[in-house]
Amino acid sequence: MAALTPELKARFDAETSQHRVVLYMKGNKLFPRCGFSAYALAALQAAGADVHTVDVLAEPDVREAIKEYSGWPTLPQAFIGGQLVGGSDIVRDLAQSGELQKLVKGGG
Amino acid sequence: MLTPEFIQARILEALPDAYVRVRDTTGGGDHFEAFVASPSFAGKGMVQQHQAVYAPLRPWLQTGELHALQLRTTPSIPETPPWQP
Repeated sequence: MAALTPELKARFDAETSQHRVVLYMKGNKLFPRCGFSAYALAALQAAGADVHTVDVLAEPDVREAIKEYSGWPTLPQAFIGGQLVGGSDIVRDLAQSGELQKLVKGGG
Repeated sequence: MLTPEFIQARILEALPDAYVRVRDTTGGGDHFEAFVASPSFAGKGMVQQHQAVYAPLRPWLQTGELHALQLRTTPSIPETPPWQP
């Protein structure tokens, strides 16, 4: 059975369009439970993002469904402006090149 | 438990022209780091480049046998490798 129900798809559509920066991660802002999630969150915040986080460990349904939704097989997953940006490696590369700040600010 | 050689072979099946280095970051056989350079990445975004590497590894990502794969991708093969195996 597909993990991505219509209800979850509608939720992800809403979540990623209502918040400029969304991070599906293991743990939350106070207690990231994975080094990669912690890194991605810190890099996004350092780039000036007001990050909306979703803890996939607290919501097991979301953990598999978000992978189907995005076509991205690992966590964390960052969305900016409704688009999948990638996981912690891409966030790192974008932060190092200065692109991340521009993406977070938007406009353009 | 997976090995760097196994991961490398799966990536090379999907990207035969690629230069691939893989290492086990913890020694536990489930956390790996890969550097993949392939001319086929030219003109592609980062998401697409990483997708191309994840694609042949999906079965193991899905079961959790492959828990984490740190990735660095680039279209051009470097003169000096990022690390020694």
